[in-house]
Amino acid sequence: MIAEAGHYALVLALGLALIQSTVPILGARWGDHALMNVARSTALAQLLFVGASFAALTMLHVVSDFSVVNVFENSHSMKPLLYKITGVWGNHEGSMLLWVLILALFGGLVAAFGNNLPLSLRAYVLAVQGWIAAAFYLFILATSNPFLRIARPPIEGRDLNPVLQDIGLAVHPPMLYLGYVGFSISFSFAVAALLEGRIDAAWARWVRPWTLVAWIFLTLGIAMGSYWAYYELGWGGWWFWDPVENASLMPWLAGTALLHSAVVMEKRNALKVWTILLSILTFSLSLLGTFLVRSGVLTSVHAFATDPARGVFILLILCLFIGGSLSLYAWRASALKQGGLFAPISREGALVLNNLFLTSACATVFIGTLYPLALEVLTGDKISVGAPFFNLTFGPLFVPLLLAVPFGPLLAWKRGDLIGAAQRLMAAGIAALIAVAVLFAWTFGGATLAPLAIGLAVFVIAGALTDLAERTGLFRTPFAVAIARARGLPRATWGTAFAHAGLGVALIGIVCETTWNSEYIGTMKPRDVATVAGYQLKLDDITQRQGPNFREMIAQFTISRDGETLQVMTPSKRNFTTRGSSTTEAALLTRGASQLYVSLGDTNADGAIAVRIYHKPLVLLIWWGPVLMAFGGLLSLSDRRLRVGAPKPAKAARALAPAE
Amino acid sequence: MTRKQRRLTMIGGSLAVLAIAAALVLNAMRDSIVFFSTPTMAAEKQIPAGKRFRLGGLVQPGSLVKGDNLAVNFSVADGSATLPVAYKGILPDLFREGQGVVAEGALDASGVFKADTVLAKHDETYMPKDVADALKKQGHWKDDYGAKPAATAASAPVQGASK
Repeated sequence: MIAEAGHYALVLALGLALIQSTVPILGARWGDHALMNVARSTALAQLLFVGASFAALTMLHVVSDFSVVNVFENSHSMKPLLYKITGVWGNHEGSMLLWVLILALFGGLVAAFGNNLPLSLRAYVLAVQGWIAAAFYLFILATSNPFLRIARPPIEGRDLNPVLQDIGLAVHPPMLYLGYVGFSISFSFAVAALLEGRIDAAWARWVRPWTLVAWIFLTLGIAMGSYWAYYELGWGGWWFWDPVENASLMPWLAGTALLHSAVVMEKRNALKVWTILLSILTFSLSLLGTFLVRSGVLTSVHAFATDPARGVFILLILCLFIGGSLSLYAWRASALKQGGLFAPISREGALVLNNLFLTSACATVFIGTLYPLALEVLTGDKISVGAPFFNLTFGPLFVPLLLAVPFGPLLAWKRGDLIGAAQRLMAAGIAALIAVAVLFAWTFGGATLAPLAIGLAVFVIAGALTDLAERTGLFRTPFAVAIARARGLPRATWGTAFAHAGLGVALIGIVCETTWNSEYIGTMKPRDVATVAGYQLKLDDITQRQGPNFREMIAQFTISRDGETLQVMTPSKRNFTTRGSSTTEAALLTRGASQLYVSLGDTNADGAIAVRIYHKPLVLLIWWGPVLMAFGGLLSLSDRRLRVGAPKPAKAARALAPAE
Repeated sequence: MTRKQRRLTMIGGSLAVLAIAAALVLNAMRDSIVFFSTPTMAAEKQIPAGKRFRLGGLVQPGSLVKGDNLAVNFSVADGSATLPVAYKGILPDLFREGQGVVAEGALDASGVFKADTVLAKHDETYMPKDVADALKKQGHWKDDYGAKPAATAASAPVQGASK
């Protein structure tokens, strides 16, 4: 009964989405307020029905109703409750349902809080959301219905893929989807602007918070996924340049560019056409990511099922939306008025440079990800493009970008003073040089690139602090005045500083982890001692234990350093009975930002066990960086300009435009 | 500067960055791309020693030999040819005889494939796609390779975890 209700609610949501995608547009064309307002109520009702449908599926998973195929294939009555719930999106059908739920959530938010939008703009935006939603409802109902029943229900389910039974997975997909799908809002705004043939600075003000929300979630989602891979897959890697990871990185790069170009558009009414194009590209890359991950083109932990019909369907959606929006862009973009002028050396110029490097970096990732697929289709040759390719292309493009980051906020709008900015960045530059010199002396004869990279990171962080110091007049005015000024600074300025510093922090972590990582890989018997980076790890014993739906073998290590016992670490290997597969649960010992990482391999006939031990210096900075960036985004989002100042009617802004 | 000059500066700068990106991509394409081969394809193509490639196939049952200090030797077969593989390190959780595997490395002078990576895969039903395609092409595909375990698998014995 629950399954049928869930299915029915989904069909109703499709019906509502179809109404939402047509009626408001007619209303906007005819200037009919009642018809335009249909968008609001249908978007809210749609959210209600998808929510009900998702709740139904969750319910089925919680009560372990194995007469439903989806529950049978991905759940087990002995599975802990938390994983019964997260298992809802640990499979293809459920995760698509989560996708549309989040899409409806964003649509509902625009409907509920978009009262200050011009009526016609809101109608268009929600209609475009309706198109996307309708396409994905059709996809789910036609090819991936999560509510299918089995004729003769089995007694027990097949259990969820063991590596997915983890708290990291509980949070990673919803975060990532909030990011991916959040970009649909800026896409809808862009398409709406093209349909209306009108765009102004107020438009950028509405778009920027939505883009920022999506970007914050995407940043956290990617970081979370990376940390999950690091501790769950058992070999200590945190980024593999796997096509699925690239699929999430591309929208992030384009979204970051969009975030910056939207600033130019909001402040200076310039780069309009480019911002529209970026909005379209960012969401297109999100759709591409969904296609790559969900179609079965790539086999990975994310490709739950391979069914050609699904691949073809998503490819159709992809072509329809990307092709359609780009054609619309080509047709209508020229109708948009060009905005303000600026010199190449200016804040705008710096942001253009940022966009240029981010989109180029995004393009290289795009080529590296899709070239193997294209080559296989065209010639049948199978190749793999791995880390070396991306290190050789992505790396060199990011260096100039990072060098330019501290300059941007110090340049004035319209016409900047590069020499003045350089003078103010003197202290940051000196700090960077000192860092490089100290590291060279300390690691004499070691890696040459690593100290330079860390110097660059220090420059980025110090540059972000310099910007704050300049604005508050720290060291130039009395301390109390500086504090008062710091309080008065717009939160967006603080946000910029945090986000930019986060970039530097992450870079330090990446460089330290890849350069000064030490490891021990070998076999150990009980009472053997391994020494890694000054830590002694003594294997005490190996025991067996029965978990709820697995058996595990636990090895106990006592860690000591300089004769002092620090802690006990217990890595384990779990064997999941139902699926007959095992997972490696690594044990982590955190010291500051560094970690000791122990994971187990196979046991030999003589009782020795294979172990991997890594010491990863400052590895946690890799994830603290993105957290800082997301925090910066959050600060910027809470800026009162975005909350209070945003709802300026478009007419007022348009009246100002001819004055330029 | 006039509007036109500004625009030209902008376009010139953009083209320069794009040209740099294109040059980087072409350069990286030359050096860092790895081809996939099955043992049969490797024999046909006569891949020279030292050239990196990805080897895919099934782990020949009975070929797995564990040596000292995590040294592992096994053979990869695709139905018509086999290739001996040497690897040092911990094998992924789902490495089994008779199952699909992808290893990355190069042949040495004696014709042994020295692998530095044996790919960890996440699902027991998982057959690497490259391997599946190659086997299908050569007519060695059996439907049960990719089949899901039977629903009665709940009663299957615990594997591997005991000492």
